[in-house]
Amino acid sequence: MSPRVVFPNKVLPYVLLAPQLIIVAIFFYWPASQALYQSVLREDPFGLRTTFVGLRNFERVLADPNYINAVQNTAVFSVAVAFLAMAIALLLAVMADKIIKGKGFYRTMLIWPYAIAPAIAGMVWLFMFNPAMGTFAYMLRSSGYAWDPLLKGDQAMWLVIAAAAWKQISYNFLFFVAGLQAIPKTLIEAAAIDGAGETKRFWTIVFPLLAPTTFFLLVINTTYAFFDTFGIIHAVTGGGPGRATETLVYKVYHDGFVNLILGDSAAQSVILMVIVIALTAIQFRYVEKKVHYG
Amino acid sequence: MATVELNNVRKVYGGKVEAVKGVSISIPDGEMCVLVGPSGCGKSTLLRMIAGLESISDGTISIGGGVVNDKGPVERDIAMVFQNYALYPHMSVYDNMAYGLKNRGMAKDEIEKRVKSAAATLGLADFLQRRPRELSGGQRQRVAMGRAIVRSPKAFLFDEPLSNLDAKLRGQMRVEIKSLQRRLGVTSVYVTHDQVEAMTLADTLVVMNGGLAEQIDTPMAIYEKPASTFVAGFIGSPAMNLLTATVADGGLVLAGDGGTVKPRDTVLPEVGREVLLGIRPEHMKVTDSRNTADLTLKVTAVEILGADVLAHGQSVDATQTGGEIIARLPGGTRVEVGDTLPFAIDPGMTHLFDAATGKRI
Repeated sequence: MSPRVVFPNKVLPYVLLAPQLIIVAIFFYWPASQALYQSVLREDPFGLRTTFVGLRNFERVLADPNYINAVQNTAVFSVAVAFLAMAIALLLAVMADKIIKGKGFYRTMLIWPYAIAPAIAGMVWLFMFNPAMGTFAYMLRSSGYAWDPLLKGDQAMWLVIAAAAWKQISYNFLFFVAGLQAIPKTLIEAAAIDGAGETKRFWTIVFPLLAPTTFFLLVINTTYAFFDTFGIIHAVTGGGPGRATETLVYKVYHDGFVNLILGDSAAQSVILMVIVIALTAIQFRYVEKKVHYG
Repeated sequence: MATVELNNVRKVYGGKVEAVKGVSISIPDGEMCVLVGPSGCGKSTLLRMIAGLESISDGTISIGGGVVNDKGPVERDIAMVFQNYALYPHMSVYDNMAYGLKNRGMAKDEIEKRVKSAAATLGLADFLQRRPRELSGGQRQRVAMGRAIVRSPKAFLFDEPLSNLDAKLRGQMRVEIKSLQRRLGVTSVYVTHDQVEAMTLADTLVVMNGGLAEQIDTPMAIYEKPASTFVAGFIGSPAMNLLTATVADGGLVLAGDGGTVKPRDTVLPEVGREVLLGIRPEHMKVTDSRNTADLTLKVTAVEILGADVLAHGQSVDATQTGGEIIARLPGGTRVEVGDTLPFAIDPGMTHLFDAATGKRI
């Protein structure tokens, strides 16, 4: 343990923390408290009258079949995005770890997609798979597959999952590469001498030792799938067709800023906040127990 | 159990750097061969080639009669103890030892029997459910040993296994490794840069330098008859003193106006040739009078070790190019910095090396 820094002045530490605290307060606590406040109010679309309605916004939202649909979509979407993004990143990291020549080049190439804005990434996938002009859409259709994400909800869902996962692979890749490098080479050699083949070595030695990285990424990817994929969904499907790709965060936006039902939207964001807090807590409580920090 | 044969083994990296330049060693069944040498002499590379972790550029390695050049580490049936122990941090001590057996598809009760017996041998019986990080350095070292012995492999390979331990524990583990190896009778190759480990553990000692085996013999033979000035300087602590001398009629004249030494049991080379006269610090004897002295030292430093005293000094003539000369004197000898000490060189304890090549004459 590094020794703790002791400030002789009692005020100075708070002054030093202030910039960060102010940013968090303005951009996190204030909007969050606004959402909490809004969630118990009902406003008319023009903002002329506001009435206190207690928990009725929540009752309405939870009874709404469209909301249940968004919950289901989010579950499918998040699990698929987190799993795909992590599995593919791990595969790429393991492969890149084996390369001796041009290691740096491969890594740089694999990290680039992370620098692309979500909306742009969404557009790229939209163009590639657009039924009218997309190259891949053409290939899919000419191979006999009825590809039409504009009409078929499940196909639209796969499209946004693919785009969202693709965007996150780079980030996960970076962490997996770092995690792999932290595993001492002699452990792998010892396992080889102990008679474990390459696949066995991966599952019994490498994968368990990567657990802290994997767990960290699981939390990050879940949060990503819940919130940061808004841009991709907005660009690719706009929640359609027929609400097939409408996730919780997208519905918050749609109800609040398109339909201007601010009370309902606020109630939804409060529920979303609770879900994310609960998920993270569960992950830390149960998954982390099985994680070995060396 | 098996013999290990290395036949003109070479290792070249990238077609240019030659790490091992043709080493041949034959290790009889059940014996311990120690590879010793300074950093970068190729000893670890050689061991990793025996283990199958490095490819063999040229020559052959056989374990138990069959050439294993093209076999992977598993098929060679060897066990290796690494310098950093390489224990699996996420597994208990039991699982660490059982891992190799499970991979070979051994029955569960047989695994349990073997691990329990190895743990009992190594005094680890109470720690089987612990994780490596909950163990002390010495215990981790034992687990690494245990992982090697449960398998009853054809050969043990040790890669500087004691260098991460403190001095006291190192001495203790050294004795334990020796007796364990004796008891199990498994052919072993042990790499170290510590000459005490090398001397005490080896049946056969291989002194390596610059990718070559400078000398292969029993530790005592190497101590008594080092093949070169390199070996002479590497084995023995403090290192052997090397004095420049010229061959004269019937003896050696030390450079400066030092005395004449007549080494016994040595055929002197031709008169006038430059040689290096080697004398170990423990064979330097203080004499009573200047007249009988072969060499006079002006003491520059004194190290009192208890059992003996090390006197560092320069030849008073200051023409000895060998630099500092060290004498090991009996404990309790009173020596002060600045003293001049006359030494007689025991003619039966000298070593003669060619001044140009450093090879023993």
